[in-house]
Amino acid sequence: MKPAAFEYCRPDTLEEALAALAEFADDAAVMSGGLSLGALLNTRLVQPAAVIDINRITGLDRIEVTGSMLHTGPLVRQADALNSPLIGEALPLLAAALPNVGHYQTRSRGTLAGSVAHADPSAEIPLCLAVLGGEVELASSRGRRRVGAGDFIQGALETGREGDEMLAGLLWPKSQSGDGVAFIEVSERHGDFAIAAAAAVARRDGDALRYTLGLGGIEDRARLTSGSAPAAASAFAELAEQAAGDLARQLDPMQDRRASAAYRRHLAGHLGAQALEQALVRAGMEGGT
Amino acid sequence: MMRLGLGERRRISCTVNGVARSGFAEGRTLLSDFLRHELNLYGTHVGCEHGVCGACTVILDSRLARSCGTLAMQADGAEITTIEGLGDSDREPALREAFSRHGALQCGFCTAGVLLSVKHFLQHNPKPSDGEIRDMLSGHLCRCTGYEGMVRAIAEVAEGQP
Ligand code: FES
Ligand code: FES
Repeated sequence: MKPAAFEYCRPDTLEEALAALAEFADDAAVMSGGLSLGALLNTRLVQPAAVIDINRITGLDRIEVTGSMLHTGPLVRQADALNSPLIGEALPLLAAALPNVGHYQTRSRGTLAGSVAHADPSAEIPLCLAVLGGEVELASSRGRRRVGAGDFIQGALETGREGDEMLAGLLWPKSQSGDGVAFIEVSERHGDFAIAAAAAVARRDGDALRYTLGLGGIEDRARLTSGSAPAAASAFAELAEQAAGDLARQLDPMQDRRASAAYRRHLAGHLGAQALEQALVRAGMEGGT
Repeated sequence: MMRLGLGERRRISCTVNGVARSGFAEGRTLLSDFLRHELNLYGTHVGCEHGVCGACTVILDSRLARSCGTLAMQADGAEITTIEGLGDSDREPALREAFSRHGALQCGFCTAGVLLSVKHFLQHNPKPSDGEIRDMLSGHLCRCTGYEGMVRAIAEVAEGQP
């Protein structure tokens, strides 16, 4: 359980990091908190030629508002995000999800971007980013580009990152006042990998509530559905059940020692309905006042 | 940019428990192995060695770290607290006493990591609820105690009662 030998690079600037990535092309791993990569290295599931440790690059831990988006740098730690008033206000969905992300201990160094780059199917942070319609910012010595969160994650531990690119940040569309959000997950113990997770957002648009529901931990990446509900409805339970049930039926759930495919599908429908109903009720109440 | 080639070793200097220490490591050397085998600080235990059990938890520059998922190189110039550094400051004596009285440890394998988590946790949340204590402890695996004694010991110390 020790990593295979690698060349260790500790850049002081982003430019140096990108130059090192270009040099090793497909064979380098970027380390931020090390909470996901450390396990992969120790178990030798990955054996990169080089590890590029970005922890000493200054300025990568910023949380900044850019127009209607919040930009979180690649070294924003999960614990700092959880304690950030800015995130609490602008990203209530992420704030609701973060207590479920790993444990008190792992959030201390674990980063938001690292979780997205790792792309575990059950991870909460990429699920929230996808539901919010956020983007991933990628940098390489060739330049920068942005990819929608839904397109970035291509499967379990697979992303659209090119070998010479690193995550330069995450772009989160800010919530508006009156938005309803909800996050619910089931895991063996609180903080363990989610067996199933549901994240929902709803926003008033005239007479309608537009919603997006995302389910994580079921397939190899988050699955989403969007739609609308009449804002004047007196109850949303039936609609939420219908929408979550429709999505759950289309899924081909994973199977592992923790849960069968059938149980995952059941959870997906159930948690999805709960989360979506909560988000709609909250948005309906807020919008009505 | 600092670079260390395959198989190359480099001297690492850091402050461990308030004392300047140094030793050698390769790029791939884990902080847990560096502490144990280079600095002879065997109090940091290694259980799963892939970030799950929490036995190897230390405080690295004011953050909790799984030392098995941290590279020794990352500790270069850093301040580290290990179990050997818990002594007479703050609530440490009270914590030790309460852990022993409540049967919060048996074999002690998980205890080093747990105590560092508790130290960090109580610094940031001096009056935690029972739920928050349990949530924090979910980051550690203990095969002996069933955790109840730990919850009671931590709650008691937090309340400042004997
Ligand atoms: S030995 Fe490090 S977490 Fe288990
Ligand atoms: S006291 Fe034995 S593992 Fe916790």
